[in-house]
Amino acid sequence: MKVLVPVKRVIDYNVKVRVKADGTGVDLANVKMSMNPFDEIAVEEAIRLKEKGKADEIVVVSIGVKQAQETLRTALAMGADRAILVVAADDVHQDIEPLAVAKILAKVVEEEQPGLVIAGKQAIDNDMNATGQMLSALLGWSQATFASEVDIEGDTAKVTREVDGGLQTIAVKMPAIITADLRLNEPRYASLPNIMKAKKKPLDEKTAADYGVDVTPRLTVVSTKEPEARAAGIIVGSVDELVAKLKEAGAV
Amino acid sequence: MQFGLSEEQEMIVSTVRSFVEHEIYPHEAEVERSGQVPRALGEAIKRKCIDLGFYACNFPESVGGAGLSHLDFTLVERELGRGSMALTHFFGRPQNILMACNEEQRERYLLPAVRGERMDALAMTEPDAGSDVRGMKCAARREGGDWVVNGSKHFISGAEHADFFIVFIATGEDDTPKGPKKRITTFLVDRGTPGFEVREGYTSVSHRGYRNYVLTFDDCRLPDAQVLGEVDGGFAVMNEWLYATRLTVAAFCVGRARRCFDYALNYAAERKQFGQPIGKFQGVGFQIADMITEIDAADWLTLAAAWRLDQGLPANREIASAKLYASEMLARVTDATLQIFGGMGLMDDFPIERFWRDARVERIWDGTSEIQRHIISRDLLRPLGA
Ligand SMILES: Cc1cc2nc3c(=O)[nH]c(=O)nc-3n(C[C@H](O)[C@H](O)[C@H](O)COP(=O)(O)OP(=O)(O)OC[C@H]3O[C@@H](n4cnc5c(N)ncnc54)[C@H](O)[C@@H]3O)c2cc1C
Ligand SMILES: Cc1cc2nc3c(=O)[nH]c(=O)nc-3n(C[C@H](O)[C@H](O)[C@H](O)COP(=O)(O)OP(=O)(O)OC[C@H]3O[C@@H](n4cnc5c(N)ncnc54)[C@H](O)[C@@H]3O)c2cc1C
Repeated sequence: MKVLVPVKRVIDYNVKVRVKADGTGVDLANVKMSMNPFDEIAVEEAIRLKEKGKADEIVVVSIGVKQAQETLRTALAMGADRAILVVAADDVHQDIEPLAVAKILAKVVEEEQPGLVIAGKQAIDNDMNATGQMLSALLGWSQATFASEVDIEGDTAKVTREVDGGLQTIAVKMPAIITADLRLNEPRYASLPNIMKAKKKPLDEKTAADYGVDVTPRLTVVSTKEPEARAAGIIVGSVDELVAKLKEAGAV
Repeated sequence: MQFGLSEEQEMIVSTVRSFVEHEIYPHEAEVERSGQVPRALGEAIKRKCIDLGFYACNFPESVGGAGLSHLDFTLVERELGRGSMALTHFFGRPQNILMACNEEQRERYLLPAVRGERMDALAMTEPDAGSDVRGMKCAARREGGDWVVNGSKHFISGAEHADFFIVFIATGEDDTPKGPKKRITTFLVDRGTPGFEVREGYTSVSHRGYRNYVLTFDDCRLPDAQVLGEVDGGFAVMNEWLYATRLTVAAFCVGRARRCFDYALNYAAERKQFGQPIGKFQGVGFQIADMITEIDAADWLTLAAAWRLDQGLPANREIASAKLYASEMLARVTDATLQIFGGMGLMDDFPIERFWRDARVERIWDGTSEIQRHIISRDLLRPLGA
C-alpha cells in the first residue's frame, strides 16, 4: 500500500510570533520555519506502518512556496521515499487556504492512487483543522480525524479518536483519510545516514497550475492582533479569602 | 564564495540541536546539582546517538563512522556546545587519533570505540608538564621486551567512563644543541592493567559532572602491542591528530555563546527598569550589539578553519586563531549576559552563572590562550627569521 502524507511548512513552534505592523498577519521574513508538528506525527505514523510491513511506499507532498522543499527533505530524511513539491505561491506570507490545498491533494491522489492519506489534524499557523475533512469530501473517502491510535487490518482502519470526554474507536473502510492528533506517536529524529540519503531521493516539482487549481484566496484577513498580555495574579492566604475574592469578581 | 549551508548541513544542525534540546537540556540541572552523570543516563544518551547514526560521526565510513567532513563535524560540535558537556560526552566522538591503530589494534580499540562499545580518554598532562608537554616525567623503560611505566597524569577528563586510555609517555631522551629533549611514545592502556590506577581528581568550577581524574603508573608493564603509531613517534601522532580537538573547543564556544546570547537578548527585551525595557538603554543595547558581532566573527573563523582542513590547506594558525578568539569571546559573552541579568545572573535559578563558570576552562585546556598566541605568532614570524 502507498501512503500519502501532506506536510506544511510553518513558523517554528519555538519562535515568538510577531504581528506585522500593518496587521495583515504575522512576520515570516527571516524567522525559523519547520514542518508543522502534526504533520511530523503523520510522517512518523506512515513510517511505522512501513516498518510493520503495512505500507510499502511513502509519498510526501507540500503545497506552498518553493522553500517548502526543505520541509520535504526533512520528511525524506525521516524515512519517506519520494516527495512532490507543488509551488503555489512566491510570497512566504501567502497562505494557501485549505480548500485549494484539498483540491490539489485530490488531484495528487488521483495520480498517485494511495491506499491511505495521513495528514496532521491542523497546521499550527492558522489552526484551520479543515484540509483532511475537505479532502475526504472531495474524494468521497472515509475519514477518521484526531487519531491517537491507528491499526490497519486488511481494508479496514481501526482508529482511536480523541474526542471531548474521552476516546472513541471507529472502523473506517479504506481508502481513507486519517488526521493525526498529538498523542498518536512521538516523531523520530532524522538519522545521519538518512539525512545523507535524503538528497538522492526523488523530489518532483509541480505548480498549482499543473493541477488546474485556482489558489486565489477566498478569505480576507481583517486584522491580526497580539493576544492580551496576561494581567498580574495575586496570592491569597486562605480558601475563604479565595471564595470571597471570586464572589467579589462575580465568578461564583 | 558561498556562505550558506547545504540542505544536508541544515538538517544535521537542526537534528543535533533538537537532540540537545530534548535529550540533554532536561537532565542538566540534575547533573549540575549532583556533579555526576548516572551511568544509566549516559548509556541511554549513547544508545540514542548510536541509533541515529551520529555516534563517532567524526570517523570515516571505512571504519564504521559517518565520514563527515571537517566542516560538517564542526557544525555537529557547535550544536553540541549548547548542552552540558558532561552529558554530550555520551554523544560519542572518540579521539580520532585512534585512526593511527594498526590492523590488530583496530579490532581491540578503534572499531569497538566507533561502535560505542568501548570509551576512550586521552592523557597527556602531568602536574609538572602542562603547556610544556615535552617536560613530562611519566616514563617507560625497556625491560624483557616490554615497557615498564612509572609516573602520573592529571586533569584527565572522562576517565570514569573510559575503558581504555591513550597515554603519552616519555621513552627516552636525545641530546640536542638546545639541551636534552624527551622522546615520546603513545600507548594504549586498558583499564585494569596491573600497576595502572585511576583516581579521583580535583573539583572544578567548570563543567560540573565532566570530571577529571589522576592516572598513576607504578611499574606498569605494557607489551609492544600497546604502542600506538611508532615508538618515539608520539609527537608525530599528536601533530597529525590533535589539531582537531582545538577546533572542537572553538565550535563548542560558538554554540554555547549562541545559547547564552538568546537569554541575554530576551532578558534585555523583557526586563523593565525605569519604566522601559533595559535593552533600550544604550549601555545594554550596545552590549547586545557587541555580543552578536563577536559570536558571528568567532563562528566564521571556526567554520573557515574547518573548511581549510577539508580543502587540504594549511590550517594550524587558523585553528589556533579560532580557538583563541572563540574561547575569549565566550568569556566576554557569558560575562556580559550575567551583567545584563543583574543579581539574578548569579543565582542558579538561571543557567547563566553556569555558562559563566563553564566558559572559564575554554581558555585553558587544549592549549591555553597564551599557547595559541604563541602558535600564531611563531607561524607568522618564524619565516621572517624572527
Ligand atoms: C578541567 C580540565 C580537563 C582537562 N582534561 C585533560 C585531558 O583529558 N587530558 C589531558 O591530557 N589534559 C587535560 N587537561 C589539561 C590541559 O590541557 C592543561 O590544563 C593545559 O594544557 C594547561 O596546562 P597547565 O594547566 O599545566 O598550565 P601551565 O602549562 O602550567 O600554564 C600556566 C600558565 O603559564 C602560561 N604559559 C605556559 N607556558 C607559556 C609560554 N611558553 N608562553 C606564555 N605563557 C605560558 C599558560 O598560558 C598559563 O597561563 C585538562 C585541564 C582541565 C582544567
Ligand atoms: C548576592 C546579592 C545580595 C544582595 N543583597 C541585597 C541586600 O541586602 N539588600 C538589598 O536591598 N539589595 C540587595 N541586592 C540587590 C542588588 O543591589 C541588586 O541586584 C542591584 O541593585 C541590581 O539590580 P537587579 O539585580 O535587579 O538588576 P537590574 O536593575 O534589573 O539590572 C539589569 C541590567 O540592566 C542594567 N541597567 C538597569 N538600568 C539601567 C540604565 N538606566 N542604564 C543602563 N543600564 C541599566 C543594569 O546595569 C544591569 O546590567 C543583592 C544582590 C545580590 C546579587
